[in-house]
Amino acid sequence: MRNNTVKLTTLALSVSFALILSYIESRIPTFVAIPGVKMGLANIAVIFTLYKLGIKEAVAVSFVRVVMVSVLFGSPVSFIYSVSGAIVSLCCMVLLKKITPLSEIAISVVGGVMHNVAQTVVASVILGTSVVQYYLPYLLLSGSLSGVAIGVVSAILIKKINLSRGR
Amino acid sequence: MAKENKEKTQKYRIDIIVILSVILVSLVAFCVMELTRKEGEVAVVEVNGVTVAEYSLLSDGVFPINGGTNVLVIEGGAAYFNYSSCPTHTCEARGKIRYVGERIDCLPNRVSVVIRGEGGVDLVS
Repeated sequence: MRNNTVKLTTLALSVSFALILSYIESRIPTFVAIPGVKMGLANIAVIFTLYKLGIKEAVAVSFVRVVMVSVLFGSPVSFIYSVSGAIVSLCCMVLLKKITPLSEIAISVVGGVMHNVAQTVVASVILGTSVVQYYLPYLLLSGSLSGVAIGVVSAILIKKINLSRGR
Repeated sequence: MAKENKEKTQKYRIDIIVILSVILVSLVAFCVMELTRKEGEVAVVEVNGVTVAEYSLLSDGVFPINGGTNVLVIEGGAAYFNYSSCPTHTCEARGKIRYVGERIDCLPNRVSVVIRGEGGVDLVS
């Protein structure tokens, strides 16, 4: 019973953490006018949950975040972009965490880049013309740079925050 | 300290290889784009993936597109959007494009502008 309450509270906190990060991100003006270039702050919450709580929990946090962000600040179209990016990125991160010795940082980079790749593919479908080859170099570069930053922050949080304390 | 640093480098070795190779791939792609680029001749406008108009880059002009959701300006051999009805305005911020293969996409309005070479043939992609 107590464990359930702890788990429920931790999950709820992770979701609110992800939501706050998404909101902060939406207030930061884009400094490069390429669609898809962004920090991906919310990925900190997803990576944190993935390492601290597990795969199922990370999927839950990611999915609830995407739905709530779209309802609160987005549109049906932005939902399609976010959900496809989130699914592909999370699948890649889970897979790499399981089968490779990569650390949080490289996993965050791959997650960020795959998020961009999925969104570019969706953009091609929505626009009815392939934009992948044109935007991919920009997104690979920005995705890897922001992925490193997000990965470093996540690694620090994973190391410093002890969820079982006070139990 | 030096030993600790060495251990850290060891730990992150595969990480560094993965990250650097992603960055390398993007840099190589940028170099290829830069080396093969050519001044374009036409701006092709697509709405929902269908070509709706082609404008020569040689003659300046202001063209409303898609019933006025976006306004394309052609000026001195380059094309740019100076108005979009969407909330993000990314396409306006994108600035001018003039080389073959360059494009501006307005995702919310599904409007694209692509620069093509002679006769509208896309030589790059």
